[in-house]
Amino acid sequence: MPTYLALLYDSPTDFADLSPQEMQAIIEKYRAWSNRMYDKGIMVAGQKLKDGEGRVLRAAKGKLRVLDGPFSETKEVVGGYFALKADSYDQVVKILADCPHLEYGGTVEVREFDSN
Amino acid sequence: MVDHLFRRQAGRMVAVLTRSLGAAHLDLAEEVVQEALVQALRRWPFMGVPDNPAGWLYRVARNLALDRLRRDARFRERLAEIRRHLPEADEPGGEPALAGEMTHDQLRLIFLCCHPEIPRDGRVALTLKAVCGFGVREIARAFLVRETTVAQRLVRAQRRIRERGLPLEVPGPEEITGRLDSVLEVLYLVFNEGYAAHAGDDLVREGLCRDALAWCEHLAAAPSTRGPAVHALAALLCFQASRLPARVDAGGNLVLLEDQDRRLWDRPLIARGFRHLERASAGETLDAYHVQAAIAAHHAGAPAHGDTDWPAILALYDRLLEMNPSPVVALNRAVALAQVEGPAAGLEALEAAAGHPALAGYALLPATRGELHRRLGEHAAAAACYREALGRPCSEPERRFLMRRLDAALSARP
Repeated sequence: MPTYLALLYDSPTDFADLSPQEMQAIIEKYRAWSNRMYDKGIMVAGQKLKDGEGRVLRAAKGKLRVLDGPFSETKEVVGGYFALKADSYDQVVKILADCPHLEYGGTVEVREFDSN
Repeated sequence: MVDHLFRRQAGRMVAVLTRSLGAAHLDLAEEVVQEALVQALRRWPFMGVPDNPAGWLYRVARNLALDRLRRDARFRERLAEIRRHLPEADEPGGEPALAGEMTHDQLRLIFLCCHPEIPRDGRVALTLKAVCGFGVREIARAFLVRETTVAQRLVRAQRRIRERGLPLEVPGPEEITGRLDSVLEVLYLVFNEGYAAHAGDDLVREGLCRDALAWCEHLAAAPSTRGPAVHALAALLCFQASRLPARVDAGGNLVLLEDQDRRLWDRPLIARGFRHLERASAGETLDAYHVQAAIAAHHAGAPAHGDTDWPAILALYDRLLEMNPSPVVALNRAVALAQVEGPAAGLEALEAAAGHPALAGYALLPATRGELHRRLGEHAAAAACYREALGRPCSEPERRFLMRRLDAALSARP
């Protein structure tokens, strides 16, 4: 069965106005969702990426250039990823459609791991 | 996770951090706590909820606070001292934030937020935000004001704390009475807001009632704050809260006192109310909370609506009206009078109070008038009153209740 990589983009500033109660409610929703995904064997892995710092490497004319990221022009940054097992893009999209991340304004990008 | 964990833990963390940072930097403590919660929101979906969520949040908030202090010149000289005084970990046991628990830091914070030098609406907003962990939007919804209004009140309250150098401490015996009055008033307002259900979601409203009651009981138990007035308010809140499970039916509809299933009333809470009431009568003083608690005790103690001692309640309302001649008290007295002397007498008393401008937008005035007309069999007059009430601000359950009464009055007309 193919494995898909779901990259979760969010805008941390959007959360600054939420109340503690609202934040707890969102976390509970996430927990319910990811428990379901693990129980069904769909979720293979998930990891948060550390905020606030990153590097972008490029070699131009044999010379390494290192830029600080992440990429400040875009408001949204990759917050973390999930690896999910599914039969097809159709199915993985269905699985992700009720991911709480979307409910709270985030974006999800899905790509299939190339296993050939 | 425990219900309300984030909200309660936010209040606790703000209190601990403010103690180390100083009252003037309450806003900084709040910012850091908010940031810690946002970090949990962004990390826990991936890493799962930690075994000790409260401890995790505190650790992150503490580190964020120290980071901010390092970058802030105002704190440079005090940094080492603040670091020493900021507890390494959350209080022993880690799992905090249950209703009724209040740390000494929170007690100090509530006295700061309710300081009489802060304007009254600012006191309420700041207590709800800093001590109870409610958000600006939730406070705005509960009090039917705009978010920007709440935000302004908070900013002004914080500024007042800084400008006047208001202290973060539980007042000593010489000034405790006056300062405590202000705290009790805020708790009373918070509870009523939750109880009156103007708007907003159930969770927030229930949270308002539970927090106000829990903290009032904490004040009633703490040696530095306990006293007759605190016990009187605690008794009142226990009696009122005991009816929460019976006030709304399974369909979310309002159930009037006379129609409530009294088996649903919270008996242990009523028993606690009577214990507080007993202690409230220990002193010489008798204030409005005593009288209101006594009225609530009559309702709580009546096995059925028909057993209610209305003459005693009416006498208490007479007393209350003397102490606090407000139109709302007059309205409630008119209801009691109607039970004792009949609906016509109630209507007459109601008319005397009706002209008051404070009742101009108050839906309960025409609703009560409609109820008394209904009992007199004057259905046309009742219908007109229900219509008038529907034109005033009321909650969704109240609106549905008035609609049902209006329909009944219209179909009863000959």
